[in-house]
Amino acid sequence: MAKVLMNGNSAIGEAAIRAGCQCYFGYPITPQNELTEYMATHLSRKKGCTFIQAESEISAINMVYGASLAGVRAMTSSSSPGISLKQEGISYLAACELPAVIVNMTRGGPGLGSISAAQSDYFQATRGGGHGDYRTIVLAPSSVQELADLTYKAFDLSDKYRVPLVILGDGMLGQMIEPVEFSYEAPKEPIIRNNALRGAKGRTSRIVKTFTSNPATVEEINWSLFRRYQLIKQEEVVWDTFMVEDAQLIVVAFGIAARIAKGAIKSARIEGMKVGMLRPITLWPFPAEKVREVANRTNYFLVFEMNMGQMIEDVQLALEGAGEVSFYGRTGGVIPTPNEVLRVISRLYYQKGLK
Amino acid sequence: MLVKTIIAGFGGQGVLSIGLSLTQAAMLEGRYVTYLPSYGAEVRGGTANCTVAISDEEIASPVASTPEFVIAMNQPSLIRFQNQIQSGGVLFLNSSLTQAEISRGDIEVVQVPADNIAEELGNRKSANVVMLGAFIKKSNLVSLDSVVKGLKDTLKEKQKLRAINKEALITGYNLF
Repeated sequence: MAKVLMNGNSAIGEAAIRAGCQCYFGYPITPQNELTEYMATHLSRKKGCTFIQAESEISAINMVYGASLAGVRAMTSSSSPGISLKQEGISYLAACELPAVIVNMTRGGPGLGSISAAQSDYFQATRGGGHGDYRTIVLAPSSVQELADLTYKAFDLSDKYRVPLVILGDGMLGQMIEPVEFSYEAPKEPIIRNNALRGAKGRTSRIVKTFTSNPATVEEINWSLFRRYQLIKQEEVVWDTFMVEDAQLIVVAFGIAARIAKGAIKSARIEGMKVGMLRPITLWPFPAEKVREVANRTNYFLVFEMNMGQMIEDVQLALEGAGEVSFYGRTGGVIPTPNEVLRVISRLYYQKGLK
Repeated sequence: MLVKTIIAGFGGQGVLSIGLSLTQAAMLEGRYVTYLPSYGAEVRGGTANCTVAISDEEIASPVASTPEFVIAMNQPSLIRFQNQIQSGGVLFLNSSLTQAEISRGDIEVVQVPADNIAEELGNRKSANVVMLGAFIKKSNLVSLDSVVKGLKDTLKEKQKLRAINKEALITGYNLF
């Protein structure tokens, strides 16, 4: 297929349809409305597929819960305040070991915040988000093409481990238009998982629930989840690096911030500064081992995020005190420029006496 | 080389759509390109703008704080963006709807009476495309052929509109 121009939100929609997403439930919020709109136009026209604009975010996530129980690939999307509302449902999905794809096109917060791009939902996404002892896989794309590719991958991963998965984008990725290519076709037949609740004809009935009065049973569920999380940590960590081989200073950034940082690093290289970048693509599981590996080459790290400093905690945890970690961030929906990050890099580079 | 253009005007003047045409032409030429619309709680008749970044390598940020080119289709856009243009950059002004009060001597100003020309051609709504024609000629960012080919793709089923737009585009292109 040739390249087409699409905004990030629509690209997620198209990729989801091609990944065999059969149900989408949404509720409008800027800056992710184009995704809901895309599904309203395109998913609803596909045979056997369902689009519903729910009456609220809570309702939408619970519809996902139901669809996932019935064994089909289901998805919802929102932006920060709406994602907060969905947390109860995500916790329930995790408890029932049900796959689901949840898209968060993050905007400025806390509260209603602003409608411009931010990355301040990192903690919420990577620590589970709702109540209870659970995690979600978190994918952080940094271009429209990657939004499409990771959306496709998201459904497979979520199904494989039977855990809810969060795609953590931001308002800018959702709104910007870039050329994108879809290299796969939608499945001919709907994908139905085993063990789905689709009527008990010919078998004994089954109940899927999240409450039991016996704490030991709940503990066992937690162990089952925990073992799976250990496996995900072993198998599914994804990252990208840029010019780290000889780097004296490593910038760690994800999503749109990584893209801005890359521009700054290219300029820094022209000025002779040896700067590289580590970009986590899975935010959970976090590429801690990779952080330690690049720390064998340099002690100096700059974490750059569009928040007040959240991923920096994972970098520090990974380094176990080994490196010197600085931070630069803008938040609330303010979009930093590559030049701004370049100034931070230059200052740090010379302050630390790097050559 | 990375070149960023901000296109601004009233909502309804078609500033976003000529931004898209430019983006599409760049894509057809195999360049890296990003398009970022301004969005927000805009009011009817208020201003709309978009930023198009075209480059030979990956684009770090789709935002332009100091664009090389600005197309101002109305007076508020002129006021808002003229100070942002990079020194040595070019301001394209829809002189039908603006009174040029240029406060800077370090930029080039290209005046295009886009609305007047479009009206003469018989369709005032195509003023944006007249401007696009003039812009691609002066800026040399993308070729006329690519834009025409792009229009063909976006207006696939609307042959009449395609003809009107093509005429407007070429008229604008031949101004300079």
